[in-house]
Amino acid sequence: MKLKAFKAAFPITLPVLTGYLFLGIAFGLLMHQSGFPILWTFLSSSVVFAGALQFAGVSILASAFNPLAAFTLAILVNIRHLFYGLSMLTRFKGLGFKKNFVIYMMADEAFSINAAAKIPEGVDSAWFYFFTSLLCYLYWNLASLTGHLVGEFIPSSIVGLDFVLTALFYILFLNQWNVKAHRPYLLVGLFSTLISRLVLGRSNFLLGAMVLIIGLLWIIPDQGVHHE
Amino acid sequence: MSNLQVFITLGALALGTLLTRFIPFWFFPEHKPIPKILMRMGDRLPYASLGMLVVYALKDVKVLESSYGLPELLSLITITLIHSWKKDTLLSITGGVFTYLVLVNVVFK
Repeated sequence: MKLKAFKAAFPITLPVLTGYLFLGIAFGLLMHQSGFPILWTFLSSSVVFAGALQFAGVSILASAFNPLAAFTLAILVNIRHLFYGLSMLTRFKGLGFKKNFVIYMMADEAFSINAAAKIPEGVDSAWFYFFTSLLCYLYWNLASLTGHLVGEFIPSSIVGLDFVLTALFYILFLNQWNVKAHRPYLLVGLFSTLISRLVLGRSNFLLGAMVLIIGLLWIIPDQGVHHE
Repeated sequence: MSNLQVFITLGALALGTLLTRFIPFWFFPEHKPIPKILMRMGDRLPYASLGMLVVYALKDVKVLESSYGLPELLSLITITLIHSWKKDTLLSITGGVFTYLVLVNVVFK
């Protein structure tokens, strides 16, 4: 059962592996260049496990001690995760002891592949979610430790490899676009965030986008697909 | 910062992150029925979240200065074409990323 779930989970994590290798190495290198010991890199990746926040955390660790500000920043940067939890409430039912782990691991990448995954017939969904999450977590930790240790020796003349993750999100989006009933919701997410980004600017747009998304999803009538 | 202060700071970052990931599950535990309006949200949010993530991943693209968002736009078009042709995720990603790398490292350097 476990092997079958692992075989189904592993291939869909490969794009995450590629993206995490690049971003994680960049993170570890940044920590190293900031003069921090590798223990801090390890703790940040293994305990915090939230890419964008960890990058923001580098400057927090370099400034005066202010845990409340750190806590507030974590909530603001990761507020979008609330949507991920609400999305997975029913799908994560009955995961047993794996549930807390899978929720803990729910960064953008693990969420997006889990939310978009069509779990093959006969594959145990609990183990499937467990393995996608575990693999993403291991990739990130492996990459950030590698970056801390040997990042300096990796040529950085090629830029833009982090586009892998953008490409992944976009392809997951395209796959859902083929399901006609999902299109209005995809568009709601896309345009609410786009408009919010244009109007509210770079640092505050997510909260605005989320309010807009909730409002629009609320009023859109059913698409002829009933789940009752 | 002292080592202890660093651990507390990392703990604060982790705690804030954990809250954003766990709160929905604490509010709606498995043994309680999920309100109907929320079921509806839960059916729709995964797809809206994917739309949100696409824009979120592109939030730092500069549209008003060089290279005017062209590498991103052209790469996304490439992905769309490859993907509607073969429907192979890894192939589409490889094609899109290769296009992007050539555009930002060679064409728009």
